[in-house]
Amino acid sequence: MSSGLIFAATGCLLFVLGLGGVLLLKALLRRILAFNLMGSGAFLVLVGLAQRDGTPDPVPQAMVLTGIVVAVAATALALTLARRWQALTGREDIGRVGDAGSRRRSKQRERRKAPR
Amino acid sequence: MNLILDPLAWLILLPLLWATLAFVATDRYGPRLAIAGLVGQLLCAAMLAQDVASHGSIGHLAGGWAEPLGIRLFADGLSAVMLLLTQGVALALVLYARSYFSQATPPAFWTLTGFLIAGMNALFLSGDLFNLYVTLELVGLAAVGLVAAGGGAAQIAAALRYLLATLVGSGAYLFGVALIYGSYGTVSASLLGQLINAEAPIAVWLAAGLMLTGLLLKTALFPFHFWLPPAHGGAPAPVSALLSALVVKASFYLFLRLWLGPFAALTEAQPWLAQLPAALGASAILWGSWQAIRADRLKVLIAYSTVAQIGYLFLIFPLFGTGALALQAGILQVTAHGLAKAAMFIAAGTLIKVSGSERVLGVAGAAVHLPVTLFAFALAGVSLMGLPPSGGFLAKWLLIDAALDQGHEWIAGIAIAGGLLAGIYVFRVLRLAFRVTIADDEAAPLRPAAVLEWTALALAAASILLGLFAMPLINLLAGVTR
Repeated sequence: MSSGLIFAATGCLLFVLGLGGVLLLKALLRRILAFNLMGSGAFLVLVGLAQRDGTPDPVPQAMVLTGIVVAVAATALALTLARRWQALTGREDIGRVGDAGSRRRSKQRERRKAPR
Repeated sequence: MNLILDPLAWLILLPLLWATLAFVATDRYGPRLAIAGLVGQLLCAAMLAQDVASHGSIGHLAGGWAEPLGIRLFADGLSAVMLLLTQGVALALVLYARSYFSQATPPAFWTLTGFLIAGMNALFLSGDLFNLYVTLELVGLAAVGLVAAGGGAAQIAAALRYLLATLVGSGAYLFGVALIYGSYGTVSASLLGQLINAEAPIAVWLAAGLMLTGLLLKTALFPFHFWLPPAHGGAPAPVSALLSALVVKASFYLFLRLWLGPFAALTEAQPWLAQLPAALGASAILWGSWQAIRADRLKVLIAYSTVAQIGYLFLIFPLFGTGALALQAGILQVTAHGLAKAAMFIAAGTLIKVSGSERVLGVAGAAVHLPVTLFAFALAGVSLMGLPPSGGFLAKWLLIDAALDQGHEWIAGIAIAGGLLAGIYVFRVLRLAFRVTIADDEAAPLRPAAVLEWTALALAAASILLGLFAMPLINLLAGVTR
């Protein structure tokens, strides 16, 4: 097995792990980290598969650089939103899709805080 | 062509320019910059459409660098239609937003709008898969920023969900691009169209599946629509209109491009594959309409209507066999829905602003206070239902024609059923609007600024007129590479 293929196989594994994390985990910070893992997997595949006969191809390296910039920007935006969410509601997850309970629960919390 | 005067480059540069200037300027100058920039972009798009109509397709090498190293911009009839729609709808929405946000503009609204439009224009003009990935991300991040612009907890949650969905979608797309580059050593869409054939290795099939599924997630096709109603229903009205009318169409455009271009050999080798998007589209029409009929809040109703209308776009995929009818039907639906949905969202924004209630019940009596806005809402509804002579009617007519032509009667049936269901949710709102309550004897609510009412009416009227004057658009599509 060539080193390129090892990189690519590792990349596939990382991508699947990351994808599973984004979809299945609850805590926002973990989901954001999982997204980064997904991105790293794709980058490894891009760089790994493009090595032909041991000579690296410069084009995918440039693509990965661009991809990293995009991923950093996306991570920064996600972290900002997550912090804002936590400051507003005190929660670290956004719950399941269509979670109508979220509003109700935060109202309950407000009620609990309110002086009797 | 002269580099300085090339409309292709300016369509991307102008929005970047005014978005950056709006970031450093005060809120007073933001809307002026946006309006001036969009007028220029509309001219560029019109010039480009004329060029495309006479030459077929045009290209531009960014910075004069040759292809493997440089980025080639490329436009054909399909791009020209999307660009015209984007600049036209965006101009109307910016005029509306200037008045809608007259008290307080959400932070960085003008900047994010500019970056969003720049991203979409670049997407419509890109010809290589990696460049398309970057533009997809630019559109996604700017759109998430706009959803969060409201600042409330509900909006932040909607933005986070949207962000995670869009990141998974573009992550899958990027992984597909990596596999394609590994297999063929190029990401140029036109080159790949020649290289990929039915005997492609399994990695290419996997790449195609990942990229197309990722794009479905970003287009919010059923069952990937979960993020759309909270995001589009919770954002401020001009943002909802931008997202529903234009942003979901950008990823649909890319899906269509990939389907007809690089992956055409794969989809033709396995004809049953085309039934998949159509089946999901049919489910989207039924489920989206049902949810719109049941919705309690006005903007959530309109957002679910978007879920349903996106379904129509995917009904065309089994019909590409013969003739150009399917493509014409799809692009007419994109255009008609873009215009009508923008009109409907901003009309709803005005209704909510005046009544102060987000619920569907809040429109009661609107026929008395806001006749122009309600007329715009109704006209947009006519196009969504597909009544003649609207653009929506023509799109559905062509779709049903193509479906019967190729023996897919069920597609024709779904298209008709979807129109009836749309009738139910549109008339649900209109019926309430004509119900005059006793409270109306009190002082009438404040009249909104005229521009809020007339931009909605202009967009709605355009979606109707599209049905009468669709020939130039169909002629533009004639040269699209199949």
